Order: sequence, then structure tokens, then C-alpha cells
Amino acid sequence: MILSTVVFAIGVFGFLSRRNIIIIFMSIELMLNAVNINLISLSHYLQDMRGQILAFFVIAVAAAEAAIGLAIVIALFRNKATAHVDEIHEMKG
Amino acid sequence: MIPELFFAYFAFAIIVLSILVITRKNPIHSVLWMLLLFFHIASLYLILNAEFLAVIQIIVYAGGILVLFLFAVLLVNIREELRINRFIGAWPTGLTFAIGLLVVIMISIKSFVIAQPGIYSVDFIKQESHIKVLGKLLYTDFLYPVEIASVILLVAIIGAVVLAKRRLKS
Repeated sequence: MILSTVVFAIGVFGFLSRRNIIIIFMSIELMLNAVNINLISLSHYLQDMRGQILAFFVIAVAAAEAAIGLAIVIALFRNKATAHVDEIHEMKG
Repeated sequence: MIPELFFAYFAFAIIVLSILVITRKNPIHSVLWMLLLFFHIASLYLILNAEFLAVIQIIVYAGGILVLFLFAVLLVNIREELRINRFIGAWPTGLTFAIGLLVVIMISIKSFVIAQPGIYSVDFIKQESHIKVLGKLLYTDFLYPVEIASVILLVAIIGAVVLAKRRLKS
């Protein structure tokens, strides 16, 4: 669980501070993986399969999220020709 | 002794690799470190008696998601990426936030109480085989979530196609 927490914190740091939007998506994957490690280790120690099933669904949702997110990134790159979050400020008031 | 040693190695490798993933300048290096990271996580699942999840981890993450990431990285401009600063200006805020979260979760782990063990012990799973147990649960108790997950994946497929398609000239 400590391992999972550390990986989650690294994911949060990457999410908040990288400039490239693709690395930000990879940080999200990192956080989801941390949650999965936690679920599976608890499912092992509690001798219960529900943790593994939840991890299964997390993987399915992560796959969907990655597909949608990268499609958005590519659409954005086609329109703006940049993948840096600080150069995308159309919605700034 | 041996399992602890293995766990220590994998835990250390996972932490080091995840730091490498978010600090590399070249996004392709990041993706390749992430591949190694996913293999280590899958091995950790094997230690934790989750063989099916380990295989799924390799197939879905290493085989599917990472290829998607690699495509997206190759589509954007890498040359420019190598020249500029990789972190945004406000990165100390992100680091502070992450460390604060880490400390809070570490403190809250201390008050964690382990619950009564369930019926799926290692011997039971060994006797029934892991995939059989998992499949039985998925298609009886968790049938409704499975259906919802399949709808989510369908939406993701259609949504990705719609978003990535070039706008038709009307």
C-alpha cells in the first residue's frame, strides 16, 4: 500500500507539472495503475476476489479513457499545432 | 524470504521507473520506460496471485494503450519538445501538493484495520483455477457492471473515431 501511495503521488506530481499533454495522460495511467496495485494486493490479503474484479473494470475504463484522450489530443494538435498545456488558453476569460 | 526479496525488487523498480516516466525529456523515452513499468507491475500481480490480471495488464496496457501513446507521441512534434523546458512554471506547487497528499495518505494508512478474510483463499483458487473463479463472479454477481463496461468501451470506440476524424467539407 505504501508502494501504491508513492506511485500515486508521483502520478499526481507528473499530472500537475508536466508541459506536454501526452505525459499528463501517462501520469493518469500511472495513478490508475497505483490504484490497481492497491486493489489487487488487498484482494490477495483479504482473500476476496472483488478487488481483482474492480481492478478489471479499472483497466477497461483506463483503456477507454486513453483512446478518447488521445483522440482529443490529436484533434487539438491538428487545430493548434501544439501539445503544451500552457499554450492552450482559448477559454481564458 | 524469497517472495519478500522479489517484492522489494519490484517495489523499488516500480518507483524508480515511474519517476523516470514523468521526468524524461523525450516523450518516446517516457513511453518506453512506461513499457518496462507495466511489465514490472504485471510481475507484481503474479506475486499477488492474480495471474489473469497480470496477463490482461500486459495485453491491454503494454499491447494496446502504449501503442496508442506511441502513435500520439509520433504525431506531435518531438524536435521542439527537446528544446524547451519540460515542466511548466508552477511545478513547485505540483510537487508540494503531491508530497502533501503522500503524507496525508501515509498517516491515514496507519489507522487501517484489516477485515475478516473472505472465502477465496489461495488453496481454494488453486483448486478451482483462477480464471474460473473470476469468470464465475464476473458473470453472476457482477453481470450488470460488465454490461456497463462494455457500453463504455463501445462509446470510447465511437467517440475516438468521431474525434480523430478529419472534419468533412460541407
